[in-house]
This record gives sequence, structure tokens and C-alpha cells, in this order.
Amino acid sequence: MAGEDELKLLGTWASPWVSRVKLALHLKGLSYENVEQDLDNKSDLLLASNPVHKKVPVLIHNGKPICESVVILEYIDDAYGTVGPSFLPVDPYERAIARFWVDYIDQKLVIPWKVAFTADGEEEKTEGIKQMLAAVHTLEGALKECSKGKPFFGGDSVGYVDLALGGLLAFLQGTEELCGSKPFDIANTPLLLAWVERFTALDAAKVACQMSASWLSLPR
Amino acid sequence: MAAEGDLKLLGLSVSPFVVRVRMALHMKGLSYEYIEQDLFNKSELLLKSNPVEKKVPVLIHDGKTILDSSAIVQYIDEVWAAMGPSILPVDPNERATARFWAAYVDDKLFSAYVGINKATTEVEREEKVSEMLAVLEQLEEAFAKNSNGKAFFAGDSIGYLDLAVGCHLLWLKAQHKMFGVVFLDAGKTPLLEAWAKRFAETDAAKEVVPDTGMVMEYAKKRQAYRAAVAAAAATAK
Repeated sequence: MAGEDELKLLGTWASPWVSRVKLALHLKGLSYENVEQDLDNKSDLLLASNPVHKKVPVLIHNGKPICESVVILEYIDDAYGTVGPSFLPVDPYERAIARFWVDYIDQKLVIPWKVAFTADGEEEKTEGIKQMLAAVHTLEGALKECSKGKPFFGGDSVGYVDLALGGLLAFLQGTEELCGSKPFDIANTPLLLAWVERFTALDAAKVACQMSASWLSLPR
Repeated sequence: MAAEGDLKLLGLSVSPFVVRVRMALHMKGLSYEYIEQDLFNKSELLLKSNPVEKKVPVLIHDGKTILDSSAIVQYIDEVWAAMGPSILPVDPNERATARFWAAYVDDKLFSAYVGINKATTEVEREEKVSEMLAVLEQLEEAFAKNSNGKAFFAGDSIGYLDLAVGCHLLWLKAQHKMFGVVFLDAGKTPLLEAWAKRFAETDAAKEVVPDTGMVMEYAKKRQAYRAAVAAAAATAK
């Protein structure tokens, strides 16, 4: 679809959910207009495009808004099925597995980690971190199962689960500063640690995610 | 009977997520072995099939395990694409809209009525009821915007979003009987109220949705369970 295709992304540079979408757009080789939002002073465009949640990311494709990062990722795969790589596998069973793990990441990793970051009390924070690390441990097993020895959850190339987790990396690095626990380490999550290295080396990751220098030079 | 292979569904009859999957199976005309689970005493099969979350529904197709109701419904739609109606829309934008609202409902509607079930004081309950009513108002608007004047969210017949929202209705009905709250009324949410009636009349819903008495019975059981856990925790302190 040439010429008339217009993509706008309403986002913020720091948002991991926006990063997920940027990663997908870059990997597909799609050009888009990045419209940086001020979440303390929400634009009319954002409020009109996402009246339900008033959040970023919002992808506006030829004037039609799509909201929620995982919905956007599936949309990009659906709407640009013949452009660039596909993120969801072809096989329905593998697609179901990918969808399960993406939902798992959002429910079991993101939610407790948010709790840990925003908790007022030590107890709540500790519990959040504990649950988050337990989820990371489960994802180590998921990576082994999904990748089958290949570089990514998606196999030879970045897939839906890689995008969902990869977008979070810049934020997850903050975990160590928050609580002294590294989310990924060589003892407990060697596969994930290697995956992080590969993922952060991708051109798309360098453009789409705000990686700090400390993350890129993890001690081994 | 088509070559659907060996299909088993581990479920709980009053779980909205199980109802959703069973309706999808019905829409596709698929036969399957339904195995009702006792969630107070989880079976070996359930624990083995879903070790990560230990929840229902679990679809087992030719020995492969598929988890998470949204993933299962999409799996059914994709594997049996040639059978029965399409559950998800074809157009990418419509698919995105359906997925957006389905996620919204599973988050906001579900947590509101679970909150109503779990509330221990009137104040708590009323708070959750307000939340619920706000969600239903949003859905009323969504229906107005997306149904194009047709009978269902998906158009002339039920689709993904109808299943996603409709499967929760059994709990709204039960809570109306248990607590007297009117959730859907012709005054505030006329479109949704009319849609809910049509939804309940579909073959799939009539086949799969349990009666309100059963839902209420289960709610009582869960309440008793929660009370017992709280009592045990109190004595343990």
C-alpha cells in the first residue's frame, strides 16, 4: 500500500509500552511520525484518540487510532502482513503460546514490578519484587521452550514475545537501582541474559529503547 | 462430524472465561469432552496441564495444551477457520477494536464484579457497583459506535467481542439477584440492555450459559471458602 499510508505514534520516550510499538515499526521498516506527548498536560489529540484510558501508546493509522500496546502489535502484524517480518508465528498452536506468554508478561511481571516501584511500604515493595523475580524465573523456562535453541522467543527472528519483553528492558534495568536485585543474572537466568545481549544489540532496539550505558555493559 | 481431532476442555461451568470458550466451540460446531473441575481441590490433570497458573479454561487438542481464554478463542477461530462463522473480524482495524474492548472488559468489568463478590462492607460494595456502572456506560458507548446499528458488537451475529462481554453477563444476573443492583437498564444503557437479551437468546448462550441459581450457589461456596481462609489466618496470628 504505497503513497497514502500515514502512521503517527503518540508516545513518550521513556514509556516501555511505547518502546514495544517503536520496535515493531522499526523491524517492519515502517516510517511514522513520532508525536511526543506531555502526560502532565495531555494533548487534545491524545484525549480524542484514547478517550477510555488517556494513555500512550496510540498508533494512528490513516486517521484511525489503535490503543493498548499489545493490541497495536497485533494490528501492525495484521495490517502489514506482507511487509517485513511477521511477529506472530504462522502455526495456530505457536500463536496461542506466544499470546499466553505476552499476557503472562503483562499480568505477572509488569503488575508486581509496578507495585514495587510505586509502593509506599517496604513490605509491599518486597512482595512486588519477589513476584517479579518469580515471573522472570518462569520466563527463563518459557524462553527455552519457545526458542528451541534459537536466538529469540520467536525463533530465528524477533517475535511477539520478544517485543513484549524487549520493550520493558530499559525499565527493568531500574530494578537493580531500586532494590539491589538484578532481574537477569548468569546464575538464575543465563538464557535470558544472553537474550538481553542479543536483543539490545539490534538496530531497532538501539533506536526504539532508551538503554542506559550501565545496562549495555552488564558484568558477567 | 468434522475431523476435529481429540478435544478436551477443562472448565468450571460458572467461569465466564470457560463460557466464552464453550460458546466459541459451539459456534464452530465442534464436539469435545467437557471435564468440570473442582477448583477447591484441583485435579492432577489441571495441575499438569496448567502448572504456571493452575486455572481454567484449558483446551487440550490432540494432546496439545492451549491456555488463556482469549488465546484459546483465537486458536479455535484459526484452526477451524473453514468451519462455521469467523469469530474475529477480518478487517485489521475491526480486529484491533474487538481486542481492545475485550481486554478492557476482562480488566475493568471483571475486577468490578469480583470486587462486589468479595466486598465485606456495604460501602465497599457500593464503591465497586459504581465502578461497574461506569464501565457499563463505556460499553454502551462502544456498542453505539461499533455495532453500526446491528444486533451485536460483531454485526448480524455474535463475534469475538460479543463473547468477551457476554460471558460476564451470568455474573451480572447473579449479583442482581444477590444484591438487588440493577446493572443494565433501559434508562441508562438501553443498547446494552437490548443486546444482553439478544445475546442470551443465541443458541450458543442457551447451550452453554449456566442458570443463575448455579452461579449464586458457587458464589456462596467461594464466600464460605474466603471466610474459612480468613478465620484460619486470624487464628494463626
